[in-house]
Amino acid sequence: MMDMLLTLALILVKLLLIFGVVLTLAAYLVLAERKILGRLQLRHGPNRVGPFGLLQPLADVIKLLTKEDTIPAGADRPIFLLAPGLTAITALLAFAVVPFSPPITLFGRTVPMVVCDLNIGVLYFLGLSSLAVYGVALGGWASNSKYALLGSIRGLAQLISYELSMGLAIVPVVLATRSFSLTDIVMAQANIPFALVHPLAFLIFFISMLAESKRVPFDLPEAEAELVAGFHTEYSGMRFGLFFVGEYINLIILSAMITVLFLGGWHGPLLPPLVWFVGKVLFICFIFIWIRGSLPRLRYDQLMHFGWKVLVPLALLNVLVTGAVLLWLGV
Amino acid sequence: MSLWRDIQGTLQPFWVTLRNMMRKPVTRQYPEEKTVPSFRYRGRLVLTRDPQGEERCVACHMCSAACPVDCISMQAAEAEDGRRYAAWFRINFARCIFCGLCTEACPTLAIQMTTDYEFAKRDPLHFVYEKDDLLIHDGGKDLHYDFYRHAGIGVANPRGKNADEYGPVDPRSLLP
Ligand code: SF4
Ligand code: SF4
Repeated sequence: MMDMLLTLALILVKLLLIFGVVLTLAAYLVLAERKILGRLQLRHGPNRVGPFGLLQPLADVIKLLTKEDTIPAGADRPIFLLAPGLTAITALLAFAVVPFSPPITLFGRTVPMVVCDLNIGVLYFLGLSSLAVYGVALGGWASNSKYALLGSIRGLAQLISYELSMGLAIVPVVLATRSFSLTDIVMAQANIPFALVHPLAFLIFFISMLAESKRVPFDLPEAEAELVAGFHTEYSGMRFGLFFVGEYINLIILSAMITVLFLGGWHGPLLPPLVWFVGKVLFICFIFIWIRGSLPRLRYDQLMHFGWKVLVPLALLNVLVTGAVLLWLGV
Repeated sequence: MSLWRDIQGTLQPFWVTLRNMMRKPVTRQYPEEKTVPSFRYRGRLVLTRDPQGEERCVACHMCSAACPVDCISMQAAEAEDGRRYAAWFRINFARCIFCGLCTEACPTLAIQMTTDYEFAKRDPLHFVYEKDDLLIHDGGKDLHYDFYRHAGIGVANPRGKNADEYGPVDPRSLLP
C-alpha cells in the first residue's frame, strides 16, 4: 500500500516538474526565438519589458488573456473551441515517454527519470505526432474561412508526405537497439550517438522533424505570405495562444526526440546527465530557429515531391542496408 | 550539377545569418537614442517674428490658399499704424500633411517648418494650434529677413524711405 502511494506521489511530482519546466521553457523559447531571429536580421528583438526583455512572455500572456475571444459566424463552435487544446495537449502528452536522465536512487529505490517508461515509446510518440495534426485540420475546418481551410488542407498534405519517411528513419535505430523503449535506445548510445552510426537516417529524421514542427522551410499550413495565418487565421486571444504555445511545446518535444533517438540523450562527458540532455535539446532548438532565419518557404508541391520521391526511397534504402549490415554482423 | 547548386544554395544562407548574428544590430533605440533630422526636415509649423520682434505675418491668406488640405484659417486685422496682422491664426495639425507648401507660399517668411517630429497626442482636439501656440520669439531659419524694411507701406519707415525704394514722385513735376 505504502509502496503504491509513494510511486503515485513520485509520478505526480515528475508530472508537475515536467509540466512547469516545459511550459516555462516554451514561453521563453518564444522570447529566445524572437531575440535570435532579431539578431540574425541585425535587429535587437524585444528588449523593452524588463531587463533585456525578459518579462516579455509575461506581458504576452497578459495581453492574450485580456483580448477578446471572437468566434466567427458560421463556425462549428464545439470543434472550433476544442481544436487549439488538441494541439497543445498532444504535444504535452508526448513528454510522458521522454527519458531525460538515467534512473536515480531515492529513498532506497530506483526511480526512472521518465514519467512512464513505455516499452513502445517510439510508437506512442509517432501516434501522438499524427494526432497533433488533428488540431490543425479541425481548427481550420471549423473556422468557416477559406484561408484557414487551405491551411489545414496543406497541413494534412504535409502530414502524409513526411510521416512515412519519419517512421522509416527511426527503423534503423530500433533495429540497432532491438527495443521500442526510448530509455533502451538512449542506453544503447552510451558509446557513440546514432547520428554518427546512421547519418542518413539522422538527416532524414531531422528534415521530417522540420516538417512536423510546421516551421520554415515547411511552414505551409500557416504561410503568412499567402494564407494570412493559415489554420489559426480566425483564432484570437488565449485560443490563439494555445496554438502558439502548442507549437513551441512541440518544438521542444521534437528536439527532445532528436536528442534521444540520435544524439545520445543524456550521455556526455564531464557534465551531469541532465545538463547534457537539456543542453542538447536547446541546441537543436537553436538550430531550428537558425533555419527559420535562413531559409525561404518551399511550395507545398515541392514538399510533397521531396517527401515522396527523395526522402521515402532514401529511407527505405537505408533500412535495407542497415538491416543487411546488422544481419551480416550478426548483432 | 544542379544538385550541387541546390546544396550550395541551401547552405550559404546559414553562413550569412551566422555572420549577421556576430554583428551589432543596426536598430536605433528610439526613445533613448533620438534621430537628428536634417535642417530642412518638415516638422511642426511655427510663426516667426522679424528682427524688431514684431509678428511677420501680414494675414495675406497665401498660406491658407496654398494649403492642399485647408487646415490654416485666420482673421485679418489692421493696426493703428497701418500694419496688417492676423487677429487670430489657427492651424489644425490633425489635418496638416506637412507638405510645406504654406511655407513656400508665404511672402514674409512668417510661417516656417521646424524639425520637431515628436508630435503625437491622445486627443485630436489638442492638435488645433492657436496663434499663441504657434508664435515663437525669433526669426526661425532666417533671423535677418525683414519684410517691412523693403516693402512696407509707411509702417516701419515713412513712404519711400525703405531700402531699395525710391521716394514718391510728384506727378505734376513730371510735366513737360
Ligand atoms: S504643411 Fe501643407 S498641409 Fe500643413 S499647413 Fe502647410 S500647406 Fe497645409
Ligand atoms: S503666414 Fe505668411 S502666407 Fe500666411 S497669412 Fe501670414 S504672411 Fe500670409
